[in-house]
Amino acid sequence: MLDQAYYDKAQEIIEQHGVAQASLIPIIQDIQTEYRYLPPELLSFVAKQLGINEAKAYSVATFYENFSFEPKGKYIIKVCDGTACHVRRSTPILERLYSELGLSKNKATTDDMLFTLETVSCLGACGLAPVLTVNDKVYPSMTPDAATELIQELRGGEA
Amino acid sequence: MRKIENRTILNEIQAETKQKIDQTRMRILICAGTGCLAGGSGEIYERMCELVKENPNVEVKFGAEIAHEGVENHIDIKKSGCHGFCEMGPLMRIEPQGILYTKVKLEDCDAIFHRTIEKGELIRHLMYKQDGMEYPKQEEIPFYKKQTRLVLKNCGHIDAEHMEEYIATGGYQALAKVLFEQKPEDVVNEIMESNLRGRGGGGFTTGYKWQQVARQKETTRYIVCNGDEGDPGAFMDRSVMEGDPHKMIEGMMIAAYAVGAQEGYIYVRAEYPLAISRLKLAIAQAEEAGLLGEHIMGSDFSFKLHINRGAGAFVCGEGSALTASIEGNRGMPRVKPPRTVEQGLFAKPTVLNNVETFANVPMIILNGTDWYKSIGPEKSPGTKAFALTGSVKNTGLIEVPMGTTLREVIFDIGGGIKDGGNFKAVQIGGPSGGCLMETNLEISLDFDSLKKMGAMIGSGGLVVMDDHTCMVEVARFFMNFTQNESCGKCVPCREGTKRMLEILERIVEGKGELGDLDLLEELATMITETALCGLGKSAALPVMSTLKNFRNEYVEHIVDKKCAAHVCQAMRRYVISPERCKGCSKCARNCPAGAISGQIREVFKIDNDKCIKCGACESACAFDAIHVEG
Amino acid sequence: MGYMTINNRKVAFTDEKNVLSVIRKSGIDLPTFCYHSELSTYGACRMCVVEDERGKVFASCSEVPRDGMVIYTNTPRLQHHRKMIIELLLASHCRDCTTCHTNGTCTLQKLANQLGVSFVRFENNKPQVPIDESSDCIVIDSNKCILCGDCVRTCDEVQGVGILDFAFRGSNMKVMPAFNRIMADTDCVGCGQCRTVCPTGAITIKQNISPIWQHISEKDTRVVVQIAPAVRVAVGDKFGVPKGENSLGKLAAALRMMGFDEIYDTNFGADLTVMEESAELVERLEKGENLPLFTSCCPGWVKFCETRYPELKKHISTCRSPQQMFGAVLKEDARVNPHDGKKTVVVSIMPCTAKKAEIHRPEHFTDGEQHVDYVLTTTEVTRMIQEAGIDLSTLEPEALDMPFGIASGAAAIFGVTGGVTEAVLRRLVNDDSQQALQEISFTGVRGTDGLKEAVVTLGDREVKIAVVNGLANAGKLMDQIQSGEVYYDFVEVMACRRGCIAGGGQPLPIGPRTKKARVEGIYRVDSMAQIKLSNENPIVTTLYDGLLKGKEHKLLHNHTDAE
Ligand SMILES: Cc1cc2nc3c(=O)[nH]c(=O)nc-3n(C[C@H](O)[C@H](O)[C@H](O)COP(=O)(O)O)c2cc1C
Ligand code: SF4
Ligand code: SF4
Ligand code: SF4
Ligand code: SF4
Ligand code: SF4
Ligand code: SF4
Ligand code: SF4
Ligand code: SF4
Ligand code: FES
Ligand code: FES
Ligand code: FES
Repeated sequence: MLDQAYYDKAQEIIEQHGVAQASLIPIIQDIQTEYRYLPPELLSFVAKQLGINEAKAYSVATFYENFSFEPKGKYIIKVCDGTACHVRRSTPILERLYSELGLSKNKATTDDMLFTLETVSCLGACGLAPVLTVNDKVYPSMTPDAATELIQELRGGEA
Repeated sequence: MRKIENRTILNEIQAETKQKIDQTRMRILICAGTGCLAGGSGEIYERMCELVKENPNVEVKFGAEIAHEGVENHIDIKKSGCHGFCEMGPLMRIEPQGILYTKVKLEDCDAIFHRTIEKGELIRHLMYKQDGMEYPKQEEIPFYKKQTRLVLKNCGHIDAEHMEEYIATGGYQALAKVLFEQKPEDVVNEIMESNLRGRGGGGFTTGYKWQQVARQKETTRYIVCNGDEGDPGAFMDRSVMEGDPHKMIEGMMIAAYAVGAQEGYIYVRAEYPLAISRLKLAIAQAEEAGLLGEHIMGSDFSFKLHINRGAGAFVCGEGSALTASIEGNRGMPRVKPPRTVEQGLFAKPTVLNNVETFANVPMIILNGTDWYKSIGPEKSPGTKAFALTGSVKNTGLIEVPMGTTLREVIFDIGGGIKDGGNFKAVQIGGPSGGCLMETNLEISLDFDSLKKMGAMIGSGGLVVMDDHTCMVEVARFFMNFTQNESCGKCVPCREGTKRMLEILERIVEGKGELGDLDLLEELATMITETALCGLGKSAALPVMSTLKNFRNEYVEHIVDKKCAAHVCQAMRRYVISPERCKGCSKCARNCPAGAISGQIREVFKIDNDKCIKCGACESACAFDAIHVEG
Repeated sequence: MGYMTINNRKVAFTDEKNVLSVIRKSGIDLPTFCYHSELSTYGACRMCVVEDERGKVFASCSEVPRDGMVIYTNTPRLQHHRKMIIELLLASHCRDCTTCHTNGTCTLQKLANQLGVSFVRFENNKPQVPIDESSDCIVIDSNKCILCGDCVRTCDEVQGVGILDFAFRGSNMKVMPAFNRIMADTDCVGCGQCRTVCPTGAITIKQNISPIWQHISEKDTRVVVQIAPAVRVAVGDKFGVPKGENSLGKLAAALRMMGFDEIYDTNFGADLTVMEESAELVERLEKGENLPLFTSCCPGWVKFCETRYPELKKHISTCRSPQQMFGAVLKEDARVNPHDGKKTVVVSIMPCTAKKAEIHRPEHFTDGEQHVDYVLTTTEVTRMIQEAGIDLSTLEPEALDMPFGIASGAAAIFGVTGGVTEAVLRRLVNDDSQQALQEISFTGVRGTDGLKEAVVTLGDREVKIAVVNGLANAGKLMDQIQSGEVYYDFVEVMACRRGCIAGGGQPLPIGPRTKKARVEGIYRVDSMAQIKLSNENPIVTTLYDGLLKGKEHKLLHNHTDAE
């Protein structure tokens, strides 16, 4: 059971969007923005409030890549592996970040909850390929070494 | 801003704003597109504002608050949308001279202010250079010179966050024209006659779509704008939404008037936060001015607009998946019939068009179909925006008349291959497109010619590849993308792409067999012919086109276990050349796999069984003694 | 209306919704996994692809017939594509046919055989997931799922329950309840309708066969069995008995051969239900309390009402279901009578998977004792008969045992939607003349519509009746009742469309023709019955005067904690 405050917040978001199935995605997007992940309890709560079957809500939430039931790190790094970035060698950058952060395809978030590493296909900044973003800020023309530096910088900011 | 209660007010605002802009001594437009912002254009904007403010000699107006106040001889500092030349960013355009400064840094701001703005001097190191030539003016840069920017005309040239600027360029005049001079069916006919074809990929005749919706019995109708732009390597729609949002909104409103729709939805992918905020701002401004809402400009036409954010699913670009997503469902395409024009969003008749398609509409209305048809081939008229990326000198967003050849685009506009490499192939239309090669360079870029070649314009991504690209790996890359993005509904696509990917992975890992090529073709045909939606139907195109055009590379990978482009890791062999190795041991110390051994001052050796092909040794060696074979 | 050319033959069509139906009507059986005429068109399996004269391939289930269409259904290209689709499905499928519950009835297996798929060139690298056996009613083995979505649409569109849905996407897609919960932790009503549409062994009936063989073999155990109304018209399916034919006598013979000790008819329990429920209706009508009265004989419905409409729970009749009334009587009889000191095990043979859960509901217990020990579905009993090596079709029908082997025609029709209502009305009108019976059957309670309405005059009062089948229809009705939009005095609900003849435990396949034959079969049982009214069943009277005396409420009604 989550703290009541979570449900109140969710209720507030529901009211902003209105009670309708069409509001489901915008509502859970806002919840995810609020908490940086989608607490499963809140998905059930929203389903109930909207009168949608829980299985349906779960099925919607798991269909889209952006929703995560697991809390994400403070810095969400998205490495672009779109075509433009791929042909300009984004893979080594991703690999460097995996090894730098001790993460893998199956483990996206560091244990200290500082970093979450994801890939995206195209951020629409292909002219600057290869790119990555940290919490939506775009870092252009990356290299593996620049990625290492970036991580150190972010870690440094934490110390 | 004044409420635009009628057409006269619109005309007044246009005239006033235009006059104000003309009166300004200088307009400084700092690109605030995603790319340039990433390069620091936000700080550059701030700095320029400060500089101008500190200096009592110049009268300055900047940003939103004090735009166009009718003071003569002042300087306007503006944030613009993307110029499409992001690689050269951050960009700064200075009007009326039309100067374009490239790769501007924060440190350059003082010089720009004191020299260019105060004294009118040009700063050489900020000018674009190509082949030894310096280009002070944007319009003369080869990249721009060869383009015909109609849809993207305003991008970079107006402040996207202020509706008056759009109005000043003639914005919303097309809407006024249809509202007060044309009947809805005239508008449909005009679009039909213009031969405007959908820019979202399929090239479907827009007028026909509108006509079908207009003919439905059901009177609740929707206009949906597809701004999902999922093709990796494409960002035309993003630029329009960020740089000139009102143009697209105006197009949607004209469509709504033509087909009798009352509400519209814009579906934007979540990866475009800036586009979303610019659109929201644009809608808010239009609502405030009475251009959206009830009785627009005093007419009987009313229209409401909503924005939906995607949530990360490429397949939602497909029409029925997109509407399912807006309705709050899984974005799974559904069978047709019923078609979107009959039962689209909320099972009501729906016009679904792409961003660029809508952005074409106002100018067709204003300039007429004859004018429009004079651009490009008769059957695919108009221009097309392409995202030119990959191994080309000038990457960026371009717009050319339909029918321009690939060669012109890649070599004249794109400046040819980067770093002196050789052209190998160009991938057109993203993961659902095909790979064209050298011999296809003369092909004219329009819907029909490409279709004949087994490729398609798709959304307009053009990824240029040089000889450092492995075509098998490229095919694997695209298959990986499609497989990952398959919604999973139908068997051919869900299971078939998975198996194709497995085979391709096998081949790039050096474990392929010749029979695999037949199996790939067999799967490709089956998937193409039986899949439910466009994603599956076109999923095999990259494989089929590379198999057709670059079969030798597949065979090489399978038979010789060789990747000529040295891309496929598994086939890479790191070798130390005895002539160059000084025996310094640095490579051995850097090797994470302990694969390198040797005695100091003697030639070192790599054990390729242990080597994990990480490449650390290659970069470690100060004597260039390590290279790749494979 | 129009003509199309199918494989060079001209075929007329009228109001067929899709090309597939026209093709099938023309006598060609196109293979399908994801098409069911009662579900929305999904178009995912692509097995039904056909080709037009220009070589365009399309799915026939989702194309509208047009005049002048020219199509081919079996070109080499199509054969190839279909085979490859099966090959791809099999490649990601656990292929342990020999030990699979659906071995022999599996559509995937059948089509692989029919299309001659003789190799699978891909490795099965799908991670295996645990089988979910947590539900009393159904077993879910996702490893065998081919993602046709039939169960998802059935549970959602037909049943309005929406327990199963897709999760994730692409090749990671799976069918599961929310958050991948086990079925026992969901509000699944156990109707098993998902199982009846599943083309593979991914959803099967929870099996209770082995303990029953065990009990039969125990010398000190008396295994008593009751057979539900809808079983008799379906149990012959697998033995070549014509669809819908009453095989009760043959079944009795088979059960005896297998070693069951006493064989009774649940219809007798249904007669008791009619007595109790009609009394309850009269009482509620008089008091004007808790109206409408909802029937309680379908456990799928009862659970649906409890979970979805808890506020309406008090409307549900307190009567136990026929199986439970009969179970209570049998256990009471075992308590009162010595039966050679043997332990009594009560088994019921039901068309229904939900009944497997019903027997465990505490409010159905009397003094803490469970009445029915095991529920076997028609499908399981079919298997047992096969295991015993008996060919049901060749057996001479035998009579059931006494004293509980007699039942009325009113009880028999419990097997179809509207039956309970009709039986109650017969009891209340209390007139077994041909004319009276006909009048009741014409009130509108018969037929396969999802919602039927009838108005009947009882005494000086008009009684408004609704008969619904399919829980989605029930849900709609409940919403209307709650909002006050409609008013009824009596509402009969059967969870399964058309009632128990199409229950979750019935032999598959249950196509439109089978359904029709079973409905007709049930009404035939009624028309052949000597006794038409429950209250005229002599054993019912005897029982009320004997075993049940003073214990009617205790044995025949549910006891919630409140009581
Ligand atoms: C898998 C898939 C992805 C698509 N993605 C897009 C997209 O990102 N943007 C777009 O405009 N159209 C996309 N389309 C095409 C749309 O389905 C549709 O044809 C188009 O939006 C119609 O607009 P138009 O007629 O203006 O081109 C996609 C189609 C498929 C099958
Ligand atoms: S082709 Fe692929 S994306 Fe399209 S419906 Fe089928 S599985 Fe989904
Ligand atoms: S490529 Fe990496 S693993 Fe191989 S020898 Fe060089 S450093 Fe060692
Ligand atoms: S780093 Fe270069 S020079 Fe030194 S041992 Fe290795 S190969 Fe030889
Ligand atoms: S589900 Fe069908 S194909 Fe699969 S193992 Fe069972 S019988 Fe065989
Ligand atoms: S069909 Fe073949 S595989 Fe199956 S049991 Fe018989 S012999 Fe074995
Ligand atoms: S048994 Fe009935 S309620 Fe349960 S999942 Fe299946 S269809 Fe749904
Ligand atoms: S469980 Fe059965 S019915 Fe449901 S999707 Fe899987 S195969 Fe189809
Ligand atoms: S209708 Fe009959 S078979 Fe279906 S759940 Fe109810 S009692 Fe069981
Ligand atoms: S491919 Fe990386 S930003 Fe477009
Ligand atoms: S973002 Fe500035 S040119 Fe594209
Ligand atoms: S039956 Fe037509 S696609 Fe499955």
